[in-house]
Amino acid sequence: MKELKILAIIAALVGITYYGIEPYAHHIMHPEVKPADFAFSDMKNVDTSLAGNVDNGKVLVEANCIACHSIEKAGHLQIMPNADAAAAYGVVPPDLSSAGRIYDKNYLANFIFDPVSAMHLSHKYPVGGAKAFPMPSYNWMSAQEIMDVVAYLESVSPKVSGKDAHKATYDAACGRCHSMSYAKSEATTPKDAIKAYMGATPPDLSQYIKSRQEHYLHGFINDPQLLLAGTSMPRVGLTEKAQEEVIAYMEETGDSKKAERESLGLWVMLYTFVFAILAYLWKRKIWSEVH
Amino acid sequence: MAEFKQADSLYEWFDQRLGIDKFLKVMMTEYWIPKNINFLWAMGVLLSVMFGILVISGIFLLMYYKPDVNMAFDSVNYTIMQEVGYGWLFRHIHAVGASVVFLIIYIHMFTGIYYGSYKKGREMIWISGMLLFVLFSAEGFSGYMLPWGQMSYWAAYVITEIFGGVPLIGGDLVVWIRGNFYVSDSTLTRFFMLHVLLVPLAIIGAIVLHFYALRFPHVNNEAGEFFDFDKEAEKYLAGDKKNSKVVPFWPVFLSKDFFVLGVFLVFFFYLVFFHYDFAMDPVNFDKADGLKTPAHIYPEWYFLWSYEVLRGFFFEIAGISGKSLGLIAFAVAQGVFFVLPWLDRSPMVKPANQRPYFKYWFWFLMVDLIVLTVYGKLPPTGTNAWIGFASSMTFLILFIALPFITRAEAKKVGGK
Amino acid sequence: MDESRRGFVGKAFGAVAAVGAVASLIAMKKTWDPLPSVMSAGFTTVDVSALEANKLEIAVWRGKPIFILKYTEEMKPTDGRSVKVGDHYYSVMIGLCTHLGCIPAYRNEEKDFKCACHGGEFTLAGVQKFGPPPRPLDLPPFKIDGTTLVLGEEGPEYKAMMAKAGGA
Repeated sequence: MKELKILAIIAALVGITYYGIEPYAHHIMHPEVKPADFAFSDMKNVDTSLAGNVDNGKVLVEANCIACHSIEKAGHLQIMPNADAAAAYGVVPPDLSSAGRIYDKNYLANFIFDPVSAMHLSHKYPVGGAKAFPMPSYNWMSAQEIMDVVAYLESVSPKVSGKDAHKATYDAACGRCHSMSYAKSEATTPKDAIKAYMGATPPDLSQYIKSRQEHYLHGFINDPQLLLAGTSMPRVGLTEKAQEEVIAYMEETGDSKKAERESLGLWVMLYTFVFAILAYLWKRKIWSEVH
Repeated sequence: MAEFKQADSLYEWFDQRLGIDKFLKVMMTEYWIPKNINFLWAMGVLLSVMFGILVISGIFLLMYYKPDVNMAFDSVNYTIMQEVGYGWLFRHIHAVGASVVFLIIYIHMFTGIYYGSYKKGREMIWISGMLLFVLFSAEGFSGYMLPWGQMSYWAAYVITEIFGGVPLIGGDLVVWIRGNFYVSDSTLTRFFMLHVLLVPLAIIGAIVLHFYALRFPHVNNEAGEFFDFDKEAEKYLAGDKKNSKVVPFWPVFLSKDFFVLGVFLVFFFYLVFFHYDFAMDPVNFDKADGLKTPAHIYPEWYFLWSYEVLRGFFFEIAGISGKSLGLIAFAVAQGVFFVLPWLDRSPMVKPANQRPYFKYWFWFLMVDLIVLTVYGKLPPTGTNAWIGFASSMTFLILFIALPFITRAEAKKVGGK
Repeated sequence: MDESRRGFVGKAFGAVAAVGAVASLIAMKKTWDPLPSVMSAGFTTVDVSALEANKLEIAVWRGKPIFILKYTEEMKPTDGRSVKVGDHYYSVMIGLCTHLGCIPAYRNEEKDFKCACHGGEFTLAGVQKFGPPPRPLDLPPFKIDGTTLVLGEEGPEYKAMMAKAGGA
């Protein structure tokens, strides 16, 4: 039929144009990079197969960590207000309550061993450079001791799930540097301090689910340097689950109407489909008189 | 009113005062459209519906939008998208509709070119249509600035900068248009005014002109046939509907349009709900920042072909800078479609496939426009720059060649 | 008599209407003009003595980014474009590509500027060397006041550079 042929030609022209300006152009402008690696298999400083001893870990943590870090779930409260902590360290040190839940075990162990290399920030904190990362390397600890610390941190982590987990993970993993105004969440490190510490104010993440989108965030959070070489954002070492929780929280904040959109969409399309069918039947009736 | 008779019904009461009967005849039941048409003839009604949808969705966006550089971004992305009931729906409809309306405009335009519906008495239909294209472009451009995202800002910056190439007054002109040395609050508020009032008013006026211009030369048909509309209309009214070459606008023509509209709306709402990134660029969900250029700046897809003509000339030729050449080519590209009726020297009004030479020209133009559109988005580096140059040159050459091609065609077909 | 008089009145009426229309247009054009406060928008001062060499500093002047680049010993000044403040040479330029107004990025290894939009490249003194930019990066009016630059004021050094550019 002639009209179908015309439709096919138009569909082909539109399809070719669409392919060129959307998928193809995006492929050229944003080349694919290595897929996210949630095993953090580039780091091998600590033998993570060793079983950790929680009690020994507790002793080590109390001797080495709580001078700077709070662990509120274990009763170690924050020592000073955020502003003072930021002034002392450059950035507010993280509370370690959920560290064992949200960070990958291998990452956490290797982070304790050497934070800068785990974060992929050697360009920012070169060995012997003028600026040093506020947390020292614990490379003098044995692998067993490090695994004890990790085991202890895992043992104190509270079990949370659902939307509470989304927010808790976001707050712990991102909320010290990033604000998210649409969630009324402000970075715990004061604005001027974080700007000085990072070199620029870390962006507000309210709309990042829209501007960066899930696919990019999935790779970027896992290893920022792969997608934005030279950025001051560290690799934070979230487990795949924790990262999904963060992205879910960004979606709840930045695209809160997604579910409504998708369910309404089906109904509206169904309606227009019925509209089109009835329009066709009516048209056939009317045109039968003139053909 | 010489004599006055008491009305027997409400209909008659209004008819006495407003002449409804006659009005409906002129506008609907005795407005004659050729019968020999295909679904491409429904694009005009589709565009009218789309314009209506854009106006209505725009009205609801206007209730919460704040034209201020500090508030615009959040008023769109927080208030409208997340707080206002169905605010997101109107925003999606408005944004996707603004993009899709250009798809239909292009189909409408190239249907006109393919079937030769711009000449032999139909010049004013064509010109008023091109005027609508320009006005819709202005509407699209000014509207794209309003969400005040990074692409809003930088597209506005780059496009207003184009006026800097106007000889002598360029620099002052740019500052005058923006109301500042850079794209700023004054730019946003004046483009807001243009977008919600002045340009829509002009569009409504141009639509009236476009519809009016159809009345005298009548709508073209699939075969490009000229016939006596009055005689065919008489035949229809006398009851010989099957042999008449015309049908009334209502209900016959519109019944077909409604079916096409129905199919189109399925496609449209699929885009609105599930596939809208092409019209709502992710980059634009970063708030405008005048000190941070996005890695890639590109206009909306419907401007890409002319944008590529602009930047296709990237080197000096005969002492004229690439920038000036690009601007000249860009200006030509904006204007050349207006004079198409006079560039086509062949008297034939036939679908392009029945015209011995024009058909090659038409398909060549289509391919060139697609190449321009695609390369208008890609980064202009290496071979891309040269493909851009070649396709921009091809575009200009096609229009320079058109009078010669069609004159040769006229000779070949002997004035038929 | 009657005829010509009617013609005269008609013409006079048309002329008055035209004057009114033109006057209205002038008023409308004025309304579109940038505001006086915008036109006289302030002056930006930058202390350049403390800058790090081969690291681009970006100041803002009238909404425009101003590139200030301190030269190292190895970086050669370009006559008529490099500014000497104290003992050091600097590039002081409007950081907007002269093609379509993007902000080029400084590459401190290549010691040049590259525009991400359309691939234009500039030397460290802002002279175009590749791609579509039609002219070197524009120079903002400046005045040297000890070790500070006052952007927006035309000092003797700026006037000398402009005179040179005009002559070339």
